[in-house]
Amino acid sequence: MSETMTHDAHHDEHPSGIKRWLFTTNHKDIGTLYLWFSFIMFLLGGTMALVIRAELFQPGIQIVDPNFFNMMTTLHGLIMVFGAIMPAFVGLANWQVPMMIGAPDMALPRMNNWSFWILPFAATMLVAPMFMGGDFMSGQGPAFGWTFYEPLSGQYDKLAFFVFAVHLLGFSSIMGSINIIATILNMRAPGLTLMKMPMFVWTWLITAFLLIAVMPVLAGAVTMMLTDKYFGTSFFDAAGGGDPVLFQHIFWFFGHPEVYIMILPAFGVISEIIPTFARKKLFGYASMVYATASIAFLSFIVWAHHMFTVGMPVAGELYFMYATVMIAVPTAVKVFNWATTMWRGSMTFETPMLWAIGTVFLFTIGGFTGLMLGVAPADFQYHDTYFVVAHFHYVLVSGALFGIIGGVMYWLPKWTGNMYSEGLGKLHFWLTMIGMNLTFFPMHFTGLAGMPRRYADYPLQFAEFNQMSSIGAFIFGFSQLILLYLVIKCIKGGEKATDKVWEGSHGLEWTLPSPAPYHSFETAPEIK
Amino acid sequence: MSFKHNKIMTKGLVLMSLWLGAAGQSLAEYNLNFQEPVNDVGREIYDLHMLVFWICVVVGIGVFSMMIYSIIMHRKSKGAVSTDFHESAKVEVVWTIVPFIILIAVAIPATSTLIKIEDTSNADLTIKVTALQWKWKYDYGNGVSFISSLHPDHNKARRRNSGVDVTKIENYLLEVDNQLVLPINKKVRFLLTSDDVIHSFWVPQFAMKKDAIPGYVNETWTTIDKEGVYRGQCTELCGQDHAFMPIVVNAKNENDYNAWMDKQKTAAAASAAEAAADKVWSEADLVARGEAIYKGKGGCFGCHGANGEGVAIFPKLAGSPVANGPADKHIDVVLNGVAGSAMAAYSGQLNDLEIAAVITYERKSWGNNASIVQPADVKAAR
Repeated sequence: MSETMTHDAHHDEHPSGIKRWLFTTNHKDIGTLYLWFSFIMFLLGGTMALVIRAELFQPGIQIVDPNFFNMMTTLHGLIMVFGAIMPAFVGLANWQVPMMIGAPDMALPRMNNWSFWILPFAATMLVAPMFMGGDFMSGQGPAFGWTFYEPLSGQYDKLAFFVFAVHLLGFSSIMGSINIIATILNMRAPGLTLMKMPMFVWTWLITAFLLIAVMPVLAGAVTMMLTDKYFGTSFFDAAGGGDPVLFQHIFWFFGHPEVYIMILPAFGVISEIIPTFARKKLFGYASMVYATASIAFLSFIVWAHHMFTVGMPVAGELYFMYATVMIAVPTAVKVFNWATTMWRGSMTFETPMLWAIGTVFLFTIGGFTGLMLGVAPADFQYHDTYFVVAHFHYVLVSGALFGIIGGVMYWLPKWTGNMYSEGLGKLHFWLTMIGMNLTFFPMHFTGLAGMPRRYADYPLQFAEFNQMSSIGAFIFGFSQLILLYLVIKCIKGGEKATDKVWEGSHGLEWTLPSPAPYHSFETAPEIK
Repeated sequence: MSFKHNKIMTKGLVLMSLWLGAAGQSLAEYNLNFQEPVNDVGREIYDLHMLVFWICVVVGIGVFSMMIYSIIMHRKSKGAVSTDFHESAKVEVVWTIVPFIILIAVAIPATSTLIKIEDTSNADLTIKVTALQWKWKYDYGNGVSFISSLHPDHNKARRRNSGVDVTKIENYLLEVDNQLVLPINKKVRFLLTSDDVIHSFWVPQFAMKKDAIPGYVNETWTTIDKEGVYRGQCTELCGQDHAFMPIVVNAKNENDYNAWMDKQKTAAAASAAEAAADKVWSEADLVARGEAIYKGKGGCFGCHGANGEGVAIFPKLAGSPVANGPADKHIDVVLNGVAGSAMAAYSGQLNDLEIAAVITYERKSWGNNASIVQPADVKAAR
């Protein structure tokens, strides 16, 4: 048998059952794993959010003790950020990047497998301490907020679980990013120059660089926590000459780029969707690329706007205020570009388009409150209240999450070969939209009126708005089961999708058959 | 303010419809917005907040109406045909520069307000505020200092399955045992620090918020315009009882403030004398005083339970080896805390008599039976 024949035979061999998923090096299989993993985490983190909202339905403590409540807010944040949003974007990248740049697969398939299979172990390690206690209510999960500020986190008994979970998550993200960068820079079809790349590919390229830059910083922060706790160092312990504020500087040097890591790929997704359903080219492609790069750059030099109350010198506060409000400029450019793409188009409103438009509207509201928060004197009033909670949920739910769901709807027919049910898709969109706004809009008011965040119980004047938020949260939460049903139904069958799927489709992925073949482009397409 | 349950429901529904734009104006302005500020800086911050808010509203109306217009008019079902309008250097330059100019217009007033907020010079009065898990210690710097924690009635009511209808409690979670009393029309400077984790000191109507950080002394200030009681809460997650360490400021005119201060000074002198006296106390006296501290000022029951049964992950005292072992170890734990855990050092919070009393109470209650501790033992261990 010749060398070539062996090679080909190997390619055609698809292990079945559990082995297919454990040993797969295929970008589509790994993309699927990432997406299902993130969906499970989304439901888990969502369930925790519902525990929070159920407890806050009325004043007084009815359901869970305060320590358990803090555990819920902490794990909800960590799971949504590291378990749901980030892996979902890597899942989308795995599926789409090779197809959008005309490549057969990712550049580093075995590392791809590894970067996924670390995740379930990391998530288990993060959540496990919750079940280590006499009874359920005295679970010992982390209860110091997703920002794990020292010295509070240093009081945590099971800190090592948390630290190593974060390390694993970091390994996974860094490997995923290296793979995406290697793929995009090396495997583009001939003629596909950087400035011809689809926006989704661009935003992911920039995101991957952000990840590689900041994940090691996070790893450093948790390692210092670990040695403070178990090896007698005093990086963050004032009693030993350390500095608790240093922790916050390090954390937010990671944390601020992190929030852009969670939003930039969503910008990419909606920059794909809107032109398709407006049947018009993306307005200002070049300025979109430059705006994304500027946002990424600015994200590194604004971190201390999360820390206006720690007592920085006035000059420091002024600098961070100016730098922060500057981000409004490139962000505004993006919003204007999307709005102008729709302007004088020929629009239809299939489910992906609804998600994209919903994102532009609601993310913009989150952007406005972001600007308000950036103005330091006013931030003293907003800081650590529900106003902040409202702000980042408008950005992360109706920005990142809506972008992900929009992307899944948009590409699902290409992945499965079947059309999803438009009726269910629209029902899911509208229920989510109503639930989301009912949950988070009133939080602006509770926050302005003075309710601090991460409170297990609250004074009576906040009762009405909290009740609205709780009702909204349950509508929002249970609506996601429609998504689960819709996706399973679409995988199982349905009206066959055409190769082009959408009338206004643009880009290489739509030149492949639906469902897309196992090895995307065996011969590179030619781009003119 | 006190609500009935069903009233909350009705109000909620009314608000919901208001929010959906269906009902009329029935809310006081400050329920949807900041609490009314009671100083100049607060009013300046409020104006700045409203300025940025209205800028956002105007820009939002512009962008959203353009989008809504195209959603309605430029749809395929209406026969709209797409154009090739996908680039315009002129438009793009304009919408980059205009936001930039708006931001400069915001940055100017913001800068002047910020400089004013951070100017803590020329204070008439300085209060040292020490945050503790989960209470505040106020020190006037003249021998008067006290710990302020959540009012005992509220503390009882807020427990899970307490059986108390919290909606019947006035100022639920916003009442303390010892209020911070301040004079009006004086520049009061706060020096903030913490004995354990990071907390944050916030009274919304004073429009100031500053973190209390171990190893740091942060400064902030306020001048209060009018007499009254102002309520705030801790705003940095500080552990399980983060929601239960309110700040209550009672602002009095100069005469009332001075009268209050004289009374405090006398009381402080008396209790210091009592603790310093080398008296040997009876077990019954120590237990009685200890119980009051355990369930009140000391806040011990927050973690260890009202009956020494422990709360969540925190250790129980009933039958514990420390409470039944040698007194030295027990004194050490209470005086110096336990490093790397939530157990605080009480050496700065309680005097010798108080520490002796609370330890004796713990060693003689809930089935524990160990030796009693006298103030002199604590003094020797310091």
